[in-house]
Amino acid sequence: MAVTTPTSVEASKTANIKAKSQGRSLATRLYRERYGFLLLIPGLVYFIWFRYVPMLGNIIAFEDYSPFRGFLHSDWVGFKHFARIFEDAEVIRVIGNTLWLSFLQIVFAFPIPIVLALMLNEVRNQRLKRLIQSVVYLPHFLSWVVVIGIVTIFLKTEGIVNKGLGLAFGMDSIQFLQQPGWFMPLIVLEVIWKEAGWGTIIFLAALAGVNPTLYEAAIVDGASRWRQIWHITLPAIRGTIIILLILRLGSVLDSGFTQIFLMLNPFTMDVGNVLDTFVYFKGIQQSDFSFGTAVGLFKGVVGLVLIVGVNRFAKKFGEEGVF
Amino acid sequence: MPIKRSLSDRITDGINLFLLLLLSLVMLFPFYYITAVSFSSFQEFMNTDLLLFPKRWVLDAYRFIFESKEFIRSIGVTVFITIVGSIVSLLLTSTMAFALIRKLWGQRFYLFLVLFTFIFGAGMIPTYLVVKATGLIDSYWSLIIPDAISAFNLIVMRQFFLSIPEELHEAAVIDGANDLQIYTRVILPLSKPALAAFGLFYAVGQWNTYFTAILYLNDPTKWTVQVILRQIVILDDTTNTLASAAREAARSAHLPPPETIQMAAIILATIPILIVYPFLQKHFAKGVMLGSVKG
Repeated sequence: MAVTTPTSVEASKTANIKAKSQGRSLATRLYRERYGFLLLIPGLVYFIWFRYVPMLGNIIAFEDYSPFRGFLHSDWVGFKHFARIFEDAEVIRVIGNTLWLSFLQIVFAFPIPIVLALMLNEVRNQRLKRLIQSVVYLPHFLSWVVVIGIVTIFLKTEGIVNKGLGLAFGMDSIQFLQQPGWFMPLIVLEVIWKEAGWGTIIFLAALAGVNPTLYEAAIVDGASRWRQIWHITLPAIRGTIIILLILRLGSVLDSGFTQIFLMLNPFTMDVGNVLDTFVYFKGIQQSDFSFGTAVGLFKGVVGLVLIVGVNRFAKKFGEEGVF
Repeated sequence: MPIKRSLSDRITDGINLFLLLLLSLVMLFPFYYITAVSFSSFQEFMNTDLLLFPKRWVLDAYRFIFESKEFIRSIGVTVFITIVGSIVSLLLTSTMAFALIRKLWGQRFYLFLVLFTFIFGAGMIPTYLVVKATGLIDSYWSLIIPDAISAFNLIVMRQFFLSIPEELHEAAVIDGANDLQIYTRVILPLSKPALAAFGLFYAVGQWNTYFTAILYLNDPTKWTVQVILRQIVILDDTTNTLASAAREAARSAHLPPPETIQMAAIILATIPILIVYPFLQKHFAKGVMLGSVKG
């Protein structure tokens, strides 16, 4: 400052004192809250080290990363690996598989819990309802290895499904697990079997909050069962459906690594390889770290843009949105 | 008010119930079939076209599994990882969830750090490289530490802690308690059932873990039960696994065929889940913990 008037000196002095006392009060505040920070820090360190340091680690997507030279000393190559994504016919096919699977999941698997919740909601006998619920929730808790193990045993050439089809219709054995055409349908069916029941919980919770007098009033007005569902039950879960759809659309590039990985075999690799598994095969198994990271980062950024975009879109149309 | 239900109403109800019961049957049949075959004998399994109910229930397959050390060892390892992992997860999650309700300096920022991981993840390869740099590859800790806190569980637990009346904290503060004492003497005792529920969910996730096990454990002698199960059931023919050993053994002697062993292995890997299921159900029925099981 070239010219200092007495007032500005005064002002800067008070500002200085203020800053100092703020510094001191921050220190006292941190000291006062030391036990709180003691509890916070383990978790915070976890998040920084295992969630945020890897986020920064994505920098190797812009390098020719060599484990021996480390990410600080590997050669910087800019967008070379990202360019590869769009030049590589395999990646294009893998992206196609990923989107196709998500499309099938949204069309066939996504509505099932809604329908199932509506059906459960209509069951009058509470004990029976709870019994059915306990049965349909159970598969959610099984591991993918167990589920696909069961599928493998059932669908083998000499498995119970083929034996049954043979005995009942005299059909020849179908190689369910080797034929490319069966791959995606099986993936979707497995997801339905495992998650459909569990998916109803969120809708049933929303339905539990519906005021029963609404139904009584509708009955007095002469509304049929279907009209009650259409005008009372469905509107009650509309917001939930939209939120779940936003989340689902935000993750169209996620396929669920474990399930796909376990179902893949050399016969189905062409139709079944998705981004998640591709990143593993390239990055981990073939040690092409930079390319694998680039594909993963591409997937993450697209997912981020999608969820923010879809959320904004939903809000524009007067829906609640996720955040 | 009692309302007389029309005939068409009752028919709709009947069809609805019928479909739901059919669905329940579809859900249960695989369990029944796997269990039935796992208890069937070699001769009966080989000689019956479609074995749905074994006439004689035998333990051959289970005996075979218990005699081979591989599977049993993997179960022991997985039990250990499950117990230690759940405790570590519970400790880290509950301390952080509590700290995030205490309005510490910069708490909005810490909360943002947690929430942001919902919409953007770091990716498989960089995470792998960090785990490797931490020196966890081929260590059981690699299955426990890198996934220790589920951001979702953390947020739900924080929400739960927020529902505990703040007057209780204030009363403790007036009595001279610091945050650590509030956590151990006020929050934890009041949250026992919730903590048990979170612990169970973490435990199920840990028991079912497959992805991190194949990512971080290269040493086959360290494999967890899910990895071994895949070798036995899905890959089937890989050398040096229980299944091929079983096939050899079955060929040379009258030992159980691999199919019954595969199914027995599935049953053994599922029993722990079935045991805790009633407890789990009691908690998630309240709708507190949606989707908090990974895998």
